[in-house]
Amino acid sequence: MVVTDVKLAVRDLNILYGSQQALSGVSLDVHEHEIFGIIGPAGSGKTSFLRTLNRMEMLQENMTVDGSIVFDGHDISEIKNVYALRRRIGVVFPLPVGLPLSIYDNVALAPRLSGIKDKSALDEIVEQCLMRAALWDEVKDRLDVLGSLLSGGQQQRLTIARALSQDPELLLLDEFSIAVDPVTTMRIEDVLKELKEEITIILVTNLVQQARRLADRTAFFLDGKLIEVGETEALFSGEVKDRRTLDYLEGRFG
Amino acid sequence: MTHSEGDGGVSGPSLMFAATPLNTRNHRLQWLFRALFGLMTLILVVPVGIIFGVLLVRGGPAISFEFLFSYPSDGMTAGGIWPALVGTIWLVAVSLVASVPVGVAAAIYLSEYASDSWLTRGINLAIINLAGVPSIVHALFGVGAFVIFAGFGTSILAASLTLAVMTLPLVIVATRESLQAVPMAFREACWNMGATRWQTIRTVVLPNAISGILTGVILSVSRTAGETAPIMFTGAAFFFPFLPTSVFDQTMAMAMHLFVISTAVPGAPDELKYGTALTLITLVLLMNAGSIWFRSYLRGKKKW
Ligand SMILES: Nc1ncnc2c1ncn2[C@@H]1O[C@H](COP(=O)(O)OP(=O)(O)OP(=O)(O)O)[C@@H](O)[C@H]1O
Ligand SMILES: [Mg+2]
Repeated sequence: MVVTDVKLAVRDLNILYGSQQALSGVSLDVHEHEIFGIIGPAGSGKTSFLRTLNRMEMLQENMTVDGSIVFDGHDISEIKNVYALRRRIGVVFPLPVGLPLSIYDNVALAPRLSGIKDKSALDEIVEQCLMRAALWDEVKDRLDVLGSLLSGGQQQRLTIARALSQDPELLLLDEFSIAVDPVTTMRIEDVLKELKEEITIILVTNLVQQARRLADRTAFFLDGKLIEVGETEALFSGEVKDRRTLDYLEGRFG
Repeated sequence: MTHSEGDGGVSGPSLMFAATPLNTRNHRLQWLFRALFGLMTLILVVPVGIIFGVLLVRGGPAISFEFLFSYPSDGMTAGGIWPALVGTIWLVAVSLVASVPVGVAAAIYLSEYASDSWLTRGINLAIINLAGVPSIVHALFGVGAFVIFAGFGTSILAASLTLAVMTLPLVIVATRESLQAVPMAFREACWNMGATRWQTIRTVVLPNAISGILTGVILSVSRTAGETAPIMFTGAAFFFPFLPTSVFDQTMAMAMHLFVISTAVPGAPDELKYGTALTLITLVLLMNAGSIWFRSYLRGKKKW
């Protein structure tokens, strides 16, 4: 096996909402340039896990996190400039959030926030990100239309374009295909496979087959615990350490 | 569409959509409530219509270029209302300059920055109570705080600040409500991009709350222009036949002038009183129309 660089090292992560434990004792590594899949039933803590990676718990009063998360060799709890951390991590939510700005401004927002003012540079970022998110052809003639007036699936691709506009090193996708039709989902999946060459992707998905198609390795969460992590192919071919993983993968659950 | 087993042989599209007794009842109820709510709306409009109608009929003839732009004469039993008109505009303008920035900033703090603690809950309660304080109490506060303590004397500044304190809750509450109506997901999307709270407020939250903020402004303009008590002891003069030149001058004001000629000037013709009231209402309507136009202009531009 090739030695891979660790992009993200999580150790003994616990997440609490008030006194309710949402995640307990999770340890895992995410390697550079891989798509890391996370699967698990509703309420297993997948979204909570993603939220802690860019320190969104700071903005949620009842949420507490302990354990260590090391991103690119830096313990993120010690990073003072969390804004810089968040800019390096792109996030796509399950439900599309087209900001009530024009399509152009939606995608140009992050670059602008980080200080890019040059019009032609922004134009290029906007075009490139919309292309990558498979939305460019549909909106190139109406970039000044409000992003929030696009269809649900288009807004989701706009959200992806916006996440890419940050030029992130790590992309977190939380059930991105819920509001997207199958054809577009396939197109985006192809884009993700290409993106893997440049960045690291964590893909939370409810579609077991999507994890199989995309993820190099997959983690299975259940009731706030990490049941196991393994090479996706191995897991799907039945090489599991825990019976419950196989049950979930084969849809025998509950 | 297929029929279920329990259809009892009845078939055909026309019967499928026949109204059941429950449907009919719901329909009647819906009609009833619609009529009821419509009636309430009408009841609301009736007093406004009557007031405006009476003022128009009885005060309309008094309105003339002469009336609007000349000074009162003959011990305020004749002449115009120009200094009062100008004075009211001064009072409204200066008090908005004070109340809008403070009120909007306070609302932003309460809704976007402050955590939910006993302190913020206390502040919110205080704001609601401030809205319930009688205007004469505001007047006394204004005399103590602005006229005497701050040393502004009886002046436009003291009167406007008193009015500003009085209308602050309107601005704060309207702004806070409209900020909270902006979906949380918008903020989270920005925060995830590495935006600071202030960047998020400036780019996404405020532009979408602006129309609610303007509603607060509209409400406070009406109150500011119409109140008499808060300005009576703080800056409005009984009779002051000059135009103010600075905020440290006293001034006449429409609401005060109306009060004076109605209660303290024997022999002032009714026409003068109705004319003054009509002008005051029209002035408020014009200012409101301006903000409403501006608000719908902004609404047309931004939507989600
Ligand atoms: N803001 C919150 N306050 C309190 N509890 C929360 C909050 N958000 C999530 N939880 C709880 O934490 C647990 C994990 O939730 P999380 O959203 O991480 O699950 P998930 O795996 O993403 O589920 P899904 O597949 O449905 O998206 C759940 O029990 C949930 O009720
Ligand atoms: Mg989730």
